[in-house]
Amino acid sequence: MPDIVLDLDFALGHYNYWMFVILMMTGLYVTVSRGNLIKKIVGLNLFQTSVFMLYISMGKIIGGTAPILTGDPDTVYSNPLPHVLILTAIVVGIATTALALALVIRISETLGTVEEDDILKMEHEMDFGVRKPGGGSR
Amino acid sequence: MLDIIVTNLPALQVVVPLVAAPVCAMLGRGDRSWAFATLVSFLTFAISVSLFVAAYGGEPISYEMGGWAPPIGIEYRIDVLNAFVLMIVSGIAALVMPYARRSVASEIPAERQAFFYTAFLLCLTGLLGVTITGDAFNVFVFLEISSLSTYALVASGAWRNKRALTAAYNYLIMGTVGATFFVIGIGMLYMITGTLNMADLAVRIAEHGDSRTLRMGFVFIFIGIGLKLAMFPLHLWLPNAYSFAPSAVTSFIAATATKVAVYVLLRFMFTVFGFDYAFQASTLENVLLPVAIVAMFAASLVAIFQDDLKRMLAYSSIAQIGYMLLGLAFLTHTGLVATIVHLFNHAVTKGALFMVAGCFVLSAGTSSISSLRGVGRDMPWTTAAFVAGGLSLIGLPLTVGFISKWYLVQASLELGWWPVALLIMGSSLLAVIYVWRVVEAAYLQPAPEGVIRREAPLSMLVPAWILVGLSIWFGIDASLTTTAASRAADTLIGSSQILWQE
Repeated sequence: MPDIVLDLDFALGHYNYWMFVILMMTGLYVTVSRGNLIKKIVGLNLFQTSVFMLYISMGKIIGGTAPILTGDPDTVYSNPLPHVLILTAIVVGIATTALALALVIRISETLGTVEEDDILKMEHEMDFGVRKPGGGSR
Repeated sequence: MLDIIVTNLPALQVVVPLVAAPVCAMLGRGDRSWAFATLVSFLTFAISVSLFVAAYGGEPISYEMGGWAPPIGIEYRIDVLNAFVLMIVSGIAALVMPYARRSVASEIPAERQAFFYTAFLLCLTGLLGVTITGDAFNVFVFLEISSLSTYALVASGAWRNKRALTAAYNYLIMGTVGATFFVIGIGMLYMITGTLNMADLAVRIAEHGDSRTLRMGFVFIFIGIGLKLAMFPLHLWLPNAYSFAPSAVTSFIAATATKVAVYVLLRFMFTVFGFDYAFQASTLENVLLPVAIVAMFAASLVAIFQDDLKRMLAYSSIAQIGYMLLGLAFLTHTGLVATIVHLFNHAVTKGALFMVAGCFVLSAGTSSISSLRGVGRDMPWTTAAFVAGGLSLIGLPLTVGFISKWYLVQASLELGWWPVALLIMGSSLLAVIYVWRVVEAAYLQPAPEGVIRREAPLSMLVPAWILVGLSIWFGIDASLTTTAASRAADTLIGSSQILWQE
């Protein structure tokens, strides 16, 4: 049926995938566009969380329950594997966030700011304080 | 007892450094933790050598983690290709560790050294794990273990230069975006195949045929790994991370981390994605080939204008990664051999050069090229090692660099792409310029008045010279490396489902 422009059922049926896309793009955009180092981490967290949603969505089966044996042969189970994978990914995400925040603390202690623009300015001065003009560092 | 150890070698390869890492943290300050970490690195090297010998015969070794049979359990699968990469990684670690003692002592306070070596062992664990595993999601987990510890290691350069902190932060942001892209790609593959075992994925993807989800998965994985391996437009994290990390860390990650990422790309490109020759060939030819060539030139050009030796070498690394991707982009047997052989050759060369840079940092306190004036007279052995490594970087005959370029040129001529062959030689000329700048400063310019620079200690010179020696040895007699690379290319081609042009 090539004449159907928008299949509404299809679009609504994949609601969680749309949300995944929106969250992912928001997160990526925040990570790239914000100059504040903390906000970048917030963006990164959003980005990672969207992936959790992708994985959990694909393990879901309509009417499926948690994969615990009930004894009833008609029970439909959700696929537990993506859930387990995403538990690992959550741990990785926490470790990344913790490390990133630790780095931000050190940066703010040594440089006195968490704004990328100020940091770039300071590094520029550091470069030209140490190096000859025209040395080019970026 | 010995039987148990031998049958479990693939697991021990990863478990030994992993378990050693927290022990190392508990050993307390200074030399004890260093000695322990060195011992562990020697042990892992011994394990990878024996795995390489076992895999070299031909049959891949399959190890079931925890006794769960693949494709449901996690499989460690070792063929010639990853045994070769394992040997590179653990071999470089075993050389960097003896080197690290003096270098780290001068760059990191004594009470933090135990944590430094802990992070180092974790990084080693991650890199070995990525290489050895046959499970796609496991690759992600180990990739993040190695990356997270690398961020910490890079940040530990802050005692020498506080810019290491922002370098590590930027690396963290870009590395995490890359890893997350990778995991999205894996998710899409899982969605259509329902499996994570690489060999099983390959079979099911071939059955499944082409689809949009598959292509999206391919692109996500390609970009994610591209970020990790500093493929040209995605390389922005690399120069700062390499220049501000402690010297021992730079020589370790420059020689191994990007190589492991190239290995992952090879593995996914050929073993896992075998669905459509035309799609893959056109991706390689239209995306990877131009990117590789631009990297060779742009990064080399930028390297020429650097004032800092470590930063110059970092840009040169980006150019060298261009060579590896170029070999891949040919999509022929010779091209693959060039890529795989260059993994080893570049690891040896760049490892040696960054070790030399670390020696300069130790005695001169800085790695800026202008401070290296006349250093050839004060530190003859260190500077000579730089010259030998530099020649290999350029690709002069009798060095390993020549072997890589020989195969690359041969591969491009086989396809009749002679402009590419000319470009390979042209970019080597750029390497001549940036290596010459350092040589000129070191030998031809007078030393500044009143500066005392002592020759680097033996514990740092010997590892650097071992690597230089290897780069000359395998430049004269490349039979071992090229045979291994050729067999590795054969297994890659054999495992892929796509039709190969001969």
